[in-house]
This record gives sequence, C-alpha cells and structure tokens, in this order.
Amino acid sequence: MKLLYFAHLRDKIGIAEEQLDLPRGVGDVAALLDHLTGRGPKFAGALGNRKTLRVAVNQTYVGWDHPVRQGDEVAIFPPVTGG
Amino acid sequence: MIRVQREDFDVGAEIEALTRGQTGIGGVASFVGLMRDIAGDKKIGAMTLEHYPGMTERELERIEAEARRRWPLIASLVIHRYGRMLPGDRIVLVVTASAHRAAAFEACEFLMDYLKTKAPFWKQEETPEGARWVAAEASDDKAAERWTKE
Repeated sequence: MKLLYFAHLRDKIGIAEEQLDLPRGVGDVAALLDHLTGRGPKFAGALGNRKTLRVAVNQTYVGWDHPVRQGDEVAIFPPVTGG
Repeated sequence: MIRVQREDFDVGAEIEALTRGQTGIGGVASFVGLMRDIAGDKKIGAMTLEHYPGMTERELERIEAEARRRWPLIASLVIHRYGRMLPGDRIVLVVTASAHRAAAFEACEFLMDYLKTKAPFWKQEETPEGARWVAAEASDDKAAERWTKE
C-alpha cells in the first residue's frame, strides 16, 4: 500500500510517502496506526494522538474501523486549515 | 466548477465568465479569502499552503455537489490556491449564483464553512521566530456543524 503523510506529520516523520507491505493481522485503520506508532519514537510522536489525526483511504475520509487493503492509498494528516 | 491552482485569479473576470448569458440568474454572492499579515500577536511575513492533490479536487467537488443539492443554484465556482503567498494575496474564491439572493448567500457561506473543515489544505506561516503550522480552529468546526442541524 501507499502511505502519505502531510503537513507537520510529514515534518515529524521525515518522509512524505512510502510503500508498505500490509503487515499480517492489520485489517483496518486503527490496526495500521498501531503498527506505525510501534515503529519508533518519530512515528509514535507524529501519530500517537489520534484526536489530532485524520485518515483518508483512496482519497475519501474514513473512520478508525475502515478496512485497509494492500492496494490502497492511505493518507494520514492533521485537521485541515485551508480557506 | 472547482479549480485548484497555484496562480492568482481575477474575481471580476471569474464572475463574468461564470454568469455570462445565464439570464435566469438574479443574484450572485461571492467570498474572497485573503492572506492576513497578523495571526494572534504574531507578524506573518508569508504563508505556504500545502494540499493533497487528487483528494483536494474530490472533496471540493463533493462539497459543491452538496451545495447544489441543498440550494437551487444556477452556477457555482470554487477556486482554491496553493503554494507560497504574501499578505494581501487572494487565497480562495467562492461564487454562487441563483434566481434569488437567499440561496446564493446561504450556499456561499455553506461552501466556505465546509471547505475550511474538509478540503485537505494546510497552512504554514512564516513568523520572525520561524515557520509554524497553523492549528485547526474549533470555531471552524462549529461553523460547519450548524449546517448539519437543518
């Protein structure tokens, strides 16, 4: 799957995007976030507080229980501030 | 119609192009968002708007379709810029046209409220102390929520 990070999450993590082989047992957004925060302090710092995260799967906003699959584009970003 | 672009826009020309020949239109409402040079007590020298290409367009189209479902609009336009901007620069334009003014006013406000909470843009301000990402405002969520109560 393709993972995208935006705004201050990208700054904290240090990359804008990456390819990830969906780990065994990761079936939804919540499990994916658990997996990512377990990678180390940079990821835990950026993605640890879910209240400040928004997630889009294939460019549509989703909730924590939305399924994720190998071919998906998953974007993780802070609340938006346009307009 | 929606557009996401780096370039500036000409408000008068956009309204003219959107409404030309559509003689059923009785009222046009528009909103132009500008870049301020002050945020709280901080002087802002410039601002960079980042966005999520692809999803930004999809969200703006979805929001526009929702406005057109709720109000009898004859024409509508949303332009949102990205990239680096200076104080006074135009950031966003919303234009709504209808037979009567109420629909145009309300839809214009709805579009701005929804765009601010849904369209994937992020502002980074350049202050004398360095760059900082703008935090989302709870008041923007409140402004968008009032449209869900109807």
